[in-house]
Amino acid sequence: MLEIEIDGKKLTVPGGSTVMDAANSIGVHIPHFCYHKKLSIAANCRMCLVQVEKAPKPLPACATPVTDGMKVFTHSDQAVTAQKGVMEFLLINHPLDCPICDQGGECQLQDLAVGYGQSSSDYAEEKRVVANKDLGPLISTDMTRCIHCSRCVRFTEEIAGFQELGMANRGEFTEVMPFIGKTVNSEISGNVIDLCPVGALTSKPFRYSARTWELSRRKSVGAHDGLGSNLIVQVKNHKVMRVLPLENEAINECWLSDRDRFSYEALNSAERLTAPMLKQGGVWQQADWQTALEYVANGLKQIVAEHGKDSVAVVASPNSTVEELFALRKLMAGLGVEQVQAFARQADFAARTQGAKWLGQSIEELAQNEAILLVGSTLRKEQPLLAQRLRQSVKKGLLLSAVNPHRDDLLTKVAAELLVRPDQLVEGLLQVVKAVAEQQNATVPSHIDLSGVVVSAEAAAIAQTLIGKTKATVLLGNLAQNSARFAEVYAAAEVLATLTGAKLAVPAIAANSVGAELIGADVGGNVFAMPKKAYVFLGVEPEFDAHNGAQALAAAQQAEMVVVLSPFQSCALEYADVMLPVSPFTETSGTFVNMEGKAQSFNGVVRPLGETRPAWKVFRVLGNVLGFSGFDYNSSEEIRDEALAGDIASRLSNTLVTPVAVKAQAATGLVRLGEVPVYGTDSIVRRAPSLQASADASLAQTLRVNAATASKLGLVAGGMAKVNQAAGEAELSVAIDDGLLDDVVRVAAATPLTRNLGDLVGAISVAKA
Amino acid sequence: MTVYVKGVVFGDVDFDNPDCWRLEEYVKRGGYAALKKIINEKISQDDIIAEMKTSSLRGRGGAGFPTGLKWSFMPRSFPGQKYLVCNTDEGEPGTFKDLDIIVYNPHALIEGMIIGGYAMGITVGYNYIHGEVFEAYQRFEEALEEARAAGFLGDNILGSDFSFQLHAHHGYGAYICGEETALLESLEGKKGQPRFKPPFPASFGLYGKPTTINNTETFASVPYIVREGGQKFLELGKPNNGGTKLFSVSGHVNRPGNYEIPLGTPFADLLEMCGGMRDGKKLKAVIPGGSSAPVLPADIMMQCTMDYDSIAKAGSMLGSGAVIVMDETVSMVSALERLSYFYHEESCGQCTPCREGTGWLYRVVHRIAKGEGRPEDLDLLSRVGDNIAGRTICALGDAAVFPVRGMLKHFRHEFEDLIKDAQTAKPL
Amino acid sequence: MSLTNLLSAESIQQIDREVAKYPAEQSRSAVMGALRIAQTEKRFLTNELIEAVALYLNIAPMAAYEVATFYNMYDMKPVGKYKLTVCTNLPCALSGGYTTADYLKQKLGIGFNETTADGKFTLKEGECMGACGYAPVMLVNNHSMCNHMTPEAIDKKLAELE
Ligand SMILES: Cc1cc2nc3c(=O)[nH]c(=O)nc-3n(C[C@H](O)[C@H](O)[C@H](O)COP(=O)(O)O)c2cc1C
Ligand code: SF4
Ligand code: FES
Repeated sequence: MLEIEIDGKKLTVPGGSTVMDAANSIGVHIPHFCYHKKLSIAANCRMCLVQVEKAPKPLPACATPVTDGMKVFTHSDQAVTAQKGVMEFLLINHPLDCPICDQGGECQLQDLAVGYGQSSSDYAEEKRVVANKDLGPLISTDMTRCIHCSRCVRFTEEIAGFQELGMANRGEFTEVMPFIGKTVNSEISGNVIDLCPVGALTSKPFRYSARTWELSRRKSVGAHDGLGSNLIVQVKNHKVMRVLPLENEAINECWLSDRDRFSYEALNSAERLTAPMLKQGGVWQQADWQTALEYVANGLKQIVAEHGKDSVAVVASPNSTVEELFALRKLMAGLGVEQVQAFARQADFAARTQGAKWLGQSIEELAQNEAILLVGSTLRKEQPLLAQRLRQSVKKGLLLSAVNPHRDDLLTKVAAELLVRPDQLVEGLLQVVKAVAEQQNATVPSHIDLSGVVVSAEAAAIAQTLIGKTKATVLLGNLAQNSARFAEVYAAAEVLATLTGAKLAVPAIAANSVGAELIGADVGGNVFAMPKKAYVFLGVEPEFDAHNGAQALAAAQQAEMVVVLSPFQSCALEYADVMLPVSPFTETSGTFVNMEGKAQSFNGVVRPLGETRPAWKVFRVLGNVLGFSGFDYNSSEEIRDEALAGDIASRLSNTLVTPVAVKAQAATGLVRLGEVPVYGTDSIVRRAPSLQASADASLAQTLRVNAATASKLGLVAGGMAKVNQAAGEAELSVAIDDGLLDDVVRVAAATPLTRNLGDLVGAISVAKA
Repeated sequence: MTVYVKGVVFGDVDFDNPDCWRLEEYVKRGGYAALKKIINEKISQDDIIAEMKTSSLRGRGGAGFPTGLKWSFMPRSFPGQKYLVCNTDEGEPGTFKDLDIIVYNPHALIEGMIIGGYAMGITVGYNYIHGEVFEAYQRFEEALEEARAAGFLGDNILGSDFSFQLHAHHGYGAYICGEETALLESLEGKKGQPRFKPPFPASFGLYGKPTTINNTETFASVPYIVREGGQKFLELGKPNNGGTKLFSVSGHVNRPGNYEIPLGTPFADLLEMCGGMRDGKKLKAVIPGGSSAPVLPADIMMQCTMDYDSIAKAGSMLGSGAVIVMDETVSMVSALERLSYFYHEESCGQCTPCREGTGWLYRVVHRIAKGEGRPEDLDLLSRVGDNIAGRTICALGDAAVFPVRGMLKHFRHEFEDLIKDAQTAKPL
Repeated sequence: MSLTNLLSAESIQQIDREVAKYPAEQSRSAVMGALRIAQTEKRFLTNELIEAVALYLNIAPMAAYEVATFYNMYDMKPVGKYKLTVCTNLPCALSGGYTTADYLKQKLGIGFNETTADGKFTLKEGECMGACGYAPVMLVNNHSMCNHMTPEAIDKKLAELE
């Protein structure tokens, strides 16, 4: 510990601290632009110059290490003169166009200029003008305002993992830009908007729509992946105008994925359902809530009475809140209906665990692992901020390896990688199990059959990364969780974890996957396999949100009664009988349990649109209409307390209840690798125009094969291909992805183009179109 | 034709012999004897560094930092890779001595670097060569091949267990890469943007590893010191200013060129060696240490001796030893305009004061030179300069300001006159 | 397109020699040399060429682009068969740098940063080349230094350049 003095205040700080760290620790603010606690130190803006006793010239607080006995003056004449001098330089070429700048009101330059700027400038020369850049659909530029702090550039390189932005030219002509003709395509790109201390990089969807002082700031929680990012939702006139991260070091740090940041656009979409709708005599008509709910209550009651409890199934989005799922389940229990399924993307339900599946550790602990094996994951797109966190861990020594059906760049160092067919994750894992068993001379439990398993060099290398680590994790990604052989993958991963002393991690795919499992909203397996008489859909669009979209759609279409609760109109118009407008997460209070088992409650940030009602209230009224007891909830908190009574941690477990037999199988022929693309996860994201204009969204419209398979199938990059799966068909443009094995056909699910196709992973036929 | 007075670095190079740079000729002149001596006599690292300290050799790159002391900072027992880097990015206007070293006597540099590697326990070195002198770079590459073939360079040098690899890296046009940390960034394949110090290269240098950086002339002086002893070198010059030093004389003299003369030689003598003023014109001013050094008027300059201390006392600096001589016909406004343009053009652009301020300085001087100056401009120049100097990551910020300060101090009236009369300056 | 398709085998070989100078994980260090070699063969750097160099060295295209635009001697726009760069910095100027430049301008009928109509010559103003003792100096195609470029010397040089 070092003893120092800042502005006369004595303090002790750990060795290695900078003057900026020390000042921050006692709440002394030193003006700065380039410094950011999550980025490398650039010390280029020179705004943080302070006086240090015995130093002949002012020193940058952000970069100057503290030495014992140091005396720092942040407001002395020398310091303030230096800071004012820097401010003057920053302003000479700045356009000073605050009245038309979106950053106005939240601009660090503007704020500091008030304190350090002069009222007029001695600069009599011509000001610099810098051409704007096209960074894609999310980020808008006014490059003349750039003050060259390089935060955005450092972000893309250090945090996002690939230097998409750079500073071209030199001296006064230095310009921030992407490589010519390229846009910024990172899945976490929007963070550069927050990082930019001026109005050079601003939000394109938000542009010119409001001034910050008109906006109220409300807290919320991210609703599109299992991380549970903390949000600030900015609201004007009961409309969500913008979403920003709320710093929470344990969860999202100070970052936000583009998905969580920009999906709000859908909340104001023209496709919002604003009143209950009933189809009568084949014609849709607006109805009042009372009529609609009575119709639903009677209809469901009647079908159960006529066809039995198993003739009705409920499919809910795993992004529904704890309160919604709990009230829904309770309602269905009253009707005798047991099948309430929030995991419709899953194909195999045989991996029953002793508690709800979860990350097996906290997010922060995950980042402290020495080795992590990813199994079946496109981590950057599934969990963008988790990928970011692990990228930082790799820099500190984490060995990251993967058994994957693709070689998508994690933008970080990968220690070992085993490429498999999407239907061969099990076989890939078994290789690693066998390699570990051989290297450790350990016996493998008898339900894991290793006969015929040949250990590849890659598998041996992966085994090597896991063996002998005190902290290691085997992590099952979305592709694994949604695979047709999930139970086998799970069992093999569990054995691998046991053998190596690693933890097993099942990162939640959706905002409330863990909550859904805790509540028991995982009953019924694939409820579309045997079509039902009636379906209730909460927040799901079966053609996009089921493992086999075509099958789900067909099931919905043949049902006698389909009740849809959703914020949006959709193709449910074709098959539903009732459509009830329910609140998206921004219009209701509720709770999500994130991947680490942390329950985070939030309030609605705007009032429900039109006739929209929070779903939990709808279920309460339905309970009352049906005359069920226990539906007198006055608030969502009451439901939550009932739903999550007791300790959550004790109800989480990744341990299988009964062993699952695992055996290697051969696989041949063309196979689909169907993943849910980053901007196809749920009904909100799918309706966010800016996200749908992104490079990732375009990629999801393609069919990808490796060059050898392309030539075998007579496909050329840029040409068109026709694919057939089950009874469905799609035409897609072809792209070459040499990170795939032969015969693997990568066709995304959850896009309008591919909604008629079948299983995420399964046989597929392809021809040149 | 360049005229030389030869000392430590050039020894008795025969400049008229086109092969004078070759290994064979170098060995004939006693080259590689120092290396052989330390290897054969197993001279300790400590002894070599002590000898360097005795010599009082000061870095020839501009800052004049004592070389022996710098070498002693290198953590000799550091377990990982360490690097030795030579700075041949000579770009300071007026300086052209390092070019002649690699053109006429490259093996002196190579030998000096090998000895440096030996003394500091370093096995890999790079020589960063200025972009515009490609032919010199090629020659240096050839000299490296010769040294490798002769067993002076590479694995197990002269049969010992000491190995040293040396490579040349070619710059491509950026003055700032002469600054040592910008040079390291450039060597890493990045833009040449200086790093904030600390950490210093001795602990965090090339690829983040401990690194020692010296100027070409500094290294080329090493074989002499090891061969002849530090004391002898010291005695060539004067206390605290050991040895001979190369002075690159340019401008209005009859024989511009490099002059290797003992530190402490009177400027008047140097001027005479250069054949005096061109066309018999009168000396007006001298920039005594490269373009970054404040200008000194003739009367002050004629009193100076050419060494670090004397020039510093006169209010300027010896810098790289580039002596720019200007006669009575030169407009100091035009001279400053050209220099200010240079710093504006060469600022790497990362620090706010340098990026924004160098352009501001240039534009104001340019206006004055065009006859569009304003009475308040001179104070403005001082004020802007004060806001740059000492506020930046590297010394380019200072380097851009020193010429302005020097000119305003000694030749303020020339600026005032132009402003008053709204006259354009006489072009260069 | 990959670099091996864009450049001659000889250039690729030279680039590989540059790469070999640096530690295995530091091929980025060779980007300056690789860009120089690519430019020498192709006369100027296109975005395609820069991107190919980046991919060859396994670095971000923007990282290579930053380098290509930071250093003065890389040409990002087409240049004539002979690029003539005249130093006009103070030491050269004191010995006739501007006279040389003016003579060239008048003789070629172009200004700085311009190319003659026949595409043969491009004229550039340069900063200190570290050869002030030989002033005025001129650089031909980045790599060939011409000393003492008096008008007579220029006439002779231009006649040599076919
Ligand atoms: C803007 C700037 C330019 C410099 N240019 C050179 C140069 O061209 N050659 C050089 O040797 N040192 C140059 N230096 C000094 C180097 O940073 C460094 O001090 C020197 O190479 C150390 O070698 P020495 O101790 O042998 O002098 C420059 C410094 C600055 C700030
Ligand atoms: S002082 Fe100028 S040249 Fe030096 S680092 Fe700062 S901006 Fe770059
Ligand atoms: S915050 Fe320290 S220099 Fe920018």
